[in-house]
Amino acid sequence: MGKRVGVEVSIAAADAVGMANVDVVAAYPITPQTHIVEHLSDLVANGKLDAEFIPVESEHSAMSVCCGSSALGARTFTCTSSQGLALMNEIVFIAASMRLPIVMILANRSLSGPLSIWNDHTDVMSVRDCGWIQVFTETGQEVFDHVMWAFRVAEDRQVSLPVIINMDGFILTHVIEPIEFWDSAMVKQYLPDFSPINVLNPDHPTTVGGFGMPGIYTEAKVAQNEALVKSKPHILKAWQELGAVTGRYYQPVETYKIDGAETVFLSMGSTGDTVAMAVDELRAQGKPAGLIKLRLWRPFPFEELRLAARGVKRLIIIDRAVSYGGPGGPVASEIRSAFYGEKEMPVVTNFICGLAGRDVTPEDYIAIYSKSEKMAQGQVRQEDYVFYGVRE
Amino acid sequence: METLNVYATRLLEKSEYFTPGHRACQGCAEALAVRLVAKALGNNVIVGSATGCMEIISSPLPFTNWKVPWLHVAFENAAAVLSGAEAGYRALVRKGKRPEKGTVFLAMGGDGATTDIGFQALSGALERGHNFLYVCYDNEAYMNTGIQRSSSTPFGASTTTSPAGKIHFGQRTWKKNMAEIVVAHNVPYVATACSSYPFDLMEKVQKAARTPGPAYVHILSVCPTGWRIAPNKAIWIGRLAVETGVFPLYEVVDGKYRITHEVGELKPVEDYLRPQGRFRHLTPDMIKHIQDRVSAEYAKLEAKTRL
Repeated sequence: MGKRVGVEVSIAAADAVGMANVDVVAAYPITPQTHIVEHLSDLVANGKLDAEFIPVESEHSAMSVCCGSSALGARTFTCTSSQGLALMNEIVFIAASMRLPIVMILANRSLSGPLSIWNDHTDVMSVRDCGWIQVFTETGQEVFDHVMWAFRVAEDRQVSLPVIINMDGFILTHVIEPIEFWDSAMVKQYLPDFSPINVLNPDHPTTVGGFGMPGIYTEAKVAQNEALVKSKPHILKAWQELGAVTGRYYQPVETYKIDGAETVFLSMGSTGDTVAMAVDELRAQGKPAGLIKLRLWRPFPFEELRLAARGVKRLIIIDRAVSYGGPGGPVASEIRSAFYGEKEMPVVTNFICGLAGRDVTPEDYIAIYSKSEKMAQGQVRQEDYVFYGVRE
Repeated sequence: METLNVYATRLLEKSEYFTPGHRACQGCAEALAVRLVAKALGNNVIVGSATGCMEIISSPLPFTNWKVPWLHVAFENAAAVLSGAEAGYRALVRKGKRPEKGTVFLAMGGDGATTDIGFQALSGALERGHNFLYVCYDNEAYMNTGIQRSSSTPFGASTTTSPAGKIHFGQRTWKKNMAEIVVAHNVPYVATACSSYPFDLMEKVQKAARTPGPAYVHILSVCPTGWRIAPNKAIWIGRLAVETGVFPLYEVVDGKYRITHEVGELKPVEDYLRPQGRFRHLTPDMIKHIQDRVSAEYAKLEAKTRL
């Protein structure tokens, strides 16, 4: 068994990357991701991790370095946040299309402007369609576990896709939590060495990243989409086996007090804990509240979501990003389309809150619950969404 | 070197690693330069290319002209991508996961990819000291997108975004001296070359590859399409660039300058400018202006060789 220690989540995340015996780390500092890269460079500087730490001159180059090293066959890690993700955006998309199993922690933070370093999900939602496997974490332990899981899934020869681990900036990155570290036997049992099918090697020359004429582009994209869709069974298997090693079993969609629930919150990331407190309180008041936590964002877990929401009358989608001039929040939009045409379609109400670190307390979620009930009494259209907690 | 050419050709590697059948324009001296660089480096190399002419002509899926491992990610990041491959190689070799075979890491890009959009990535890779070689194939404009000006376009040249018009006379800025900028990074090897001088070029590329740490070779690559010359004039124009002092061939080894191809008395710059359609609008005044600049720059370079 691993050892349980009180540690800042960023440090634990970096230690997990170190225990995964990563070969190359390329990163550029950005708040609130800094503690992760600082600790990784510390590990390298003290000989505790045998890796190349490449202190690049931008996030664009960070992701570019990752592409080069991953294509060479090296286990590769980077982490970033907000503007950093925006700057590397171009290469994020290319990395997925090249099927490079890079692992990236995204310390979720709002996008400028106005400039803000605080937490929400506007950064990750900007790369929703980048082709990476994307997962959300709620606690430090989940971050640690998912570092191992991410390498395992990404490098699975049947998958060979990059993975983003979302961890909320500050709320997770800068918090000290009790975290059970894996011991080396667990790592060894769970995470095999990286042995990619195709690497850059003069003994077996390959051309990687050629250009696609209209006659081939569509087919390339279909293949890429198929790879992401078909990664799901491998994702589930990796979670199953993670459970066997750690006793912690993760699911693409997780629920809290869903039995008999009629009005159910849906949240992602560290918010889940706070919403759960609100659900407890609502249940104590005799209200049929529940919670669905979306862990897997891509590939989107349609089946699991529909199953989790079976019998639910109303869904309250908590969005932490805005789709300007569109259907409110990006998560709500996805959830609606997941249920569209289903026989039993829950009424979806959408609340955008907690932007750029604005506190949302259990009391707020209780207020959101009441507001949602009132909304749901009338007809709720796609474009009906609420910015919750706006100062008047 | 020129006098030894008849013999030197026999010493050349016969294999081609950048194969025929690519889709470059007729008379493309950049494709020639790529072929020479590939020949000079042999098969123990990993190539990372920026987006641009050379990428487009050689990698239309599912075909390739590369007999060595070749990687393309994007326009502005060839230096970063290859620095990652080099770092990965170093890590894997050190950890016993891959044998040390002395593989050369070559990043390549055009002048746009090098002097403009990829400038920062290149500077970063040079500063970090990766053991790699960067080759800039400079055809003095964004030829792949249709002859738009770059910061490497020479003064006075008419391009599609620096057209010669009634008020303006073409490119209004002087060509960015990229080789000098790389020298300022204190890297161990920097050279200029031109595909009109194949042996000089290949020798430099091999020297650069042998140099531990970052090395940079800037190759003037005549583009008949963009320079508005006949395809059979590319080699001749490249020679004139060197003979007029517009593009001197030199190398800088650990900061020490040496002109590798002495041309004696420089020919007038006009000899170089006149045959090219992109300069056809230049007035005698402008040509004089350019001549003054070229003479002064050449003198500066010669002074450095005496240091």
